[in-house]
Amino acid sequence: MEIPKSFLGYKRENGRAGTRNHVIILPVDDISNACAEAVANNIKGTIALPHSYGRLQFGADLELHFRTMIGTGSNPNVAAVIVIGIEPKWTKKIVDGIAKTGKPVEGFHIERTGDIGTVMKASKKAQEYVMWASEKQREECPMSDLWISVKCGESDTTSGLAANPTVGNLMDKLEPMGVHLCFGETSELTGAEKVCATRGATKEASDKFMKTWSAYNDFILKEATDDLSESQPTAGNIAGGLTTIEEKAFGNFQKIGNCKFVDVLEPAEEPKKGKGLYFMDTSSAAAECVTLQAAAGFNIHLFPTGQGNIVGNPIEPVIKLTANPLTVKGMGEHIDCDVSKILSREMNMSQAGDELIKTTMRVANGRLTCAEALGHKEFVMTKLYRSA
Amino acid sequence: MATDIIIHDQKDNVGVVVVEKITSKQDCACWIMENDDSTKIQSLDEIPLGHKIAMIDLKEGDTIIKYGHDIGKVIKSIKKGEHVHVHNVKTKKW
Repeated sequence: MEIPKSFLGYKRENGRAGTRNHVIILPVDDISNACAEAVANNIKGTIALPHSYGRLQFGADLELHFRTMIGTGSNPNVAAVIVIGIEPKWTKKIVDGIAKTGKPVEGFHIERTGDIGTVMKASKKAQEYVMWASEKQREECPMSDLWISVKCGESDTTSGLAANPTVGNLMDKLEPMGVHLCFGETSELTGAEKVCATRGATKEASDKFMKTWSAYNDFILKEATDDLSESQPTAGNIAGGLTTIEEKAFGNFQKIGNCKFVDVLEPAEEPKKGKGLYFMDTSSAAAECVTLQAAAGFNIHLFPTGQGNIVGNPIEPVIKLTANPLTVKGMGEHIDCDVSKILSREMNMSQAGDELIKTTMRVANGRLTCAEALGHKEFVMTKLYRSA
Repeated sequence: MATDIIIHDQKDNVGVVVVEKITSKQDCACWIMENDDSTKIQSLDEIPLGHKIAMIDLKEGDTIIKYGHDIGKVIKSIKKGEHVHVHNVKTKKW
């Protein structure tokens, strides 16, 4: 198959391109969720991104909070942003961070105004933004404007056998087009960490990966009260035939094909070394991982599943693929790309990779994913430790 | 003949069932992905889709090889053709 050269995206002020055109209402903190949701309810075509944190955080955890907030607003899938927080200072910090992209953004704080007054002011601005954004047209964008993140979930042995290598095949074919790629799931590389480290494009990248993995592994071992067999693999993984974390890790690792990673990113950190594959230090929990990748600027996500994970994201479309025929049969409404014919050997890996490229292009051009049609908007902030 | 079991790598001592299930005493067709080779095995257990079968006899302490790599240790001896899972294999990591 000839690899497409372009897709139809929304060109943004900072030179990036989006596969979506969202106007988001972003609460700075947990107690501003009600206001943000009221605004999104008033103004059709906007989405609120409620979450659980943003108060009394400090140190690296607070930095991650701001990075995730600013990154989410800055994502090219977002046309314009309303930020609502309880206090003016942190609200302004997030507004200023997003404003660097050149996109429309305005902040509102609730103190001294109350919910009702804030909802009224923010709703007027949100209406202006959504009507402005509705006139944006899709334009032809080069493939290098695609930033593709990947993460697998509810994996079983069919993931490592077929769905994950299908993603790897896509990576091998699209990497030469100048696409940005990102994989994560630090804990789920346990057992395959040494092999993964050899895939660093430079010694620096390999060393940085081992340092990141070791730090996460030390943390897990320190906090673990049992041998972790209850969590990794999960009950779903075990039902699907996965026996150990090592088996899961080698299956997981199939997602990157033959690509080498150019750098290791902090959670939600934007890649700065140009095109190519990046590893991001993330949890292996689906919604947390995708939220961090979206905050780093990735604009389309590939999610291979075995037993059938159903996760979505409010701003980054999440494409599901599976090779498990029972999952296709039982929960087909969640599956965008069926590669189960690999198991019956009616489809080879290259054909499966081509199918996934076709699906990815259709979604990049605007086709809704199953998760979008079903209303999956999981926005989950990663919290590093307790608040003060 | 349809493929019942797929083996990733020539070095692997387990294969993965890729049909809805195989029954005990079934003669199964296996395909090795790495070198596009074929082999056969008779199962000793009923094994569902996605679960593993032992391609050789394995004793306690042996290493399970899949993807050509170490994925855990045998904690209870396993006969060729038996179901390989959490009841007889454990991680070496935690």
